[in-house]
Amino acid sequence: MKIHSIAYYLLLLGLASAPVHAQQPVSGYDFQTPEMQEMQDDDFANPGMYTVEAGEALFATAGGNGKSCVSCHGEGGKQLDVKRIAAYPVYSEAQKKPVTLRGQILSCRNERMDGPQLQYSSEEALQLVAFVRRLALGETVNVDVSGPMAPYYEAGKKLFHTRWGQVDIACHQCHDYHAGQTFRGQTLTQGQSNGFPVYRYTDGHVVGIQGRITECLTNLRAEPYELGSEEYINLEIYMSARSNGLKIETPGIRY
Amino acid sequence: MQRTRWFWLICLGTGIIPFHTALAEEPAPSLAPYYEWQVTNYAIDEPLGGLTGDAERGKAIAGNQSRGNCLACHLLPIPEEEFFGNLGPPLIGIGARQSVGMIRLHVVDQSRFNPETVMPGYYRPPQQLHRVAKGLKGRTWLTAQEIEDVVAYLASLK
Ligand code: HEC
Ligand code: HEC
Repeated sequence: MKIHSIAYYLLLLGLASAPVHAQQPVSGYDFQTPEMQEMQDDDFANPGMYTVEAGEALFATAGGNGKSCVSCHGEGGKQLDVKRIAAYPVYSEAQKKPVTLRGQILSCRNERMDGPQLQYSSEEALQLVAFVRRLALGETVNVDVSGPMAPYYEAGKKLFHTRWGQVDIACHQCHDYHAGQTFRGQTLTQGQSNGFPVYRYTDGHVVGIQGRITECLTNLRAEPYELGSEEYINLEIYMSARSNGLKIETPGIRY
Repeated sequence: MQRTRWFWLICLGTGIIPFHTALAEEPAPSLAPYYEWQVTNYAIDEPLGGLTGDAERGKAIAGNQSRGNCLACHLLPIPEEEFFGNLGPPLIGIGARQSVGMIRLHVVDQSRFNPETVMPGYYRPPQQLHRVAKGLKGRTWLTAQEIEDVVAYLASLK
């Protein structure tokens, strides 16, 4: 065998034995500039903290029946289990379907506190999620997608591998194959979910994981789904499990 | 980054809706016709619809963020545009390396070379596209004329 054909064979072997989904998850944080990382790490400089604070105030605001989140979960959410927060989305035996953290917060607020009713896509829901996720800062994402969660995970995975819109590319083609490369001056990341909700440095808005999916779909010139839709919940499940092992960074700062 | 921020600020301030956003809302007017194309030996030898490309216009399309946006992934000799990406190989000198027909196939449908390519399909059959935004249905990203312009531009890079 000539040297170059051995090299070729080794190359093929290398390609075949390196399935992309087995790659180590890397936080979007690791791809940001040192200035942006510093800004994220400093609570006083991190503009995402305004959203967290707004969420904290809502957490203590009473609903129609005089109860607030504090009534059940303690001052500042002290009684919430941060390990459990890091395990969302989880399967709800009662509802016989998966619930996202936002879905859980909304059902507490809309059912146990007697409103006022919040929409999945509302600013208030985003603020509450930011506050609650922040409580689990530094916890390891640990989503269980076995058992009843498995079909939802598989459905989300399929969507992540679907080509979208006029641009006709799939999520994994950018986020599994090209992390670290630049896309018009912007460094592409693995599209991990551990930093969410994140503050976007480009135009200064805070966005949740599903809202961020809408932004990518819009860039692909595809028709996005509604926040809280089955498709987005399945994508969130897949993307959360894909981030297993990373630390929660809410609110992350991303370009 | 500064530039994108200014761009949006100016849009906000003046009420101008950027081109690509506007496109997503308006109902499709008279659609540019879609021309079938044929691949032989990794090339599309016939110009789409028999149209003639213009390299100057092609250069503008390649650099324009809301049109070809080739710079998002490729280095091109367009120094006045500050940002470019490196997802794809540099295209400097491509006209000397490849035939016009092969360049045309790259721009029309790069997945013919690499089924897993991240490069958008600029002229794939519209009925194959999935969940295209309202108002863009039935259209390719670039029109046949725009493809020919971009091809003429790339062919001129010798
Ligand atoms: C053409 C390339 C491309 C495709 C395809 C794409 N994205 Fe992205 N995505 C980007 C870029 C560029 C960014 C901004 C830089 C970054 O955070 O990776 C981004 C960011 C993200 C982020 C934010 C990550 C963070 O840490 O803040 C998520 C989540 C995401 N994308 C999900 C998706 C999903 C889901 C899809 C498919 C529906 C998708 N992307 C398709 C280019 C793409
Ligand atoms: C989202 C990324 C992306 C965009 C946008 C993009 N390309 Fe590409 N292009 C690639 C990649 C990656 C390759 C390398 C081969 C592969 O993996 O498909 C490539 C390959 C090519 C090639 C073949 C180069 C060679 O040396 O064989 C040509 C020609 C080309 N692109 C032209 C264009 C033009 C013209 C545009 C815009 C109208 C464009 N590309 C937009 C990612 C992109």
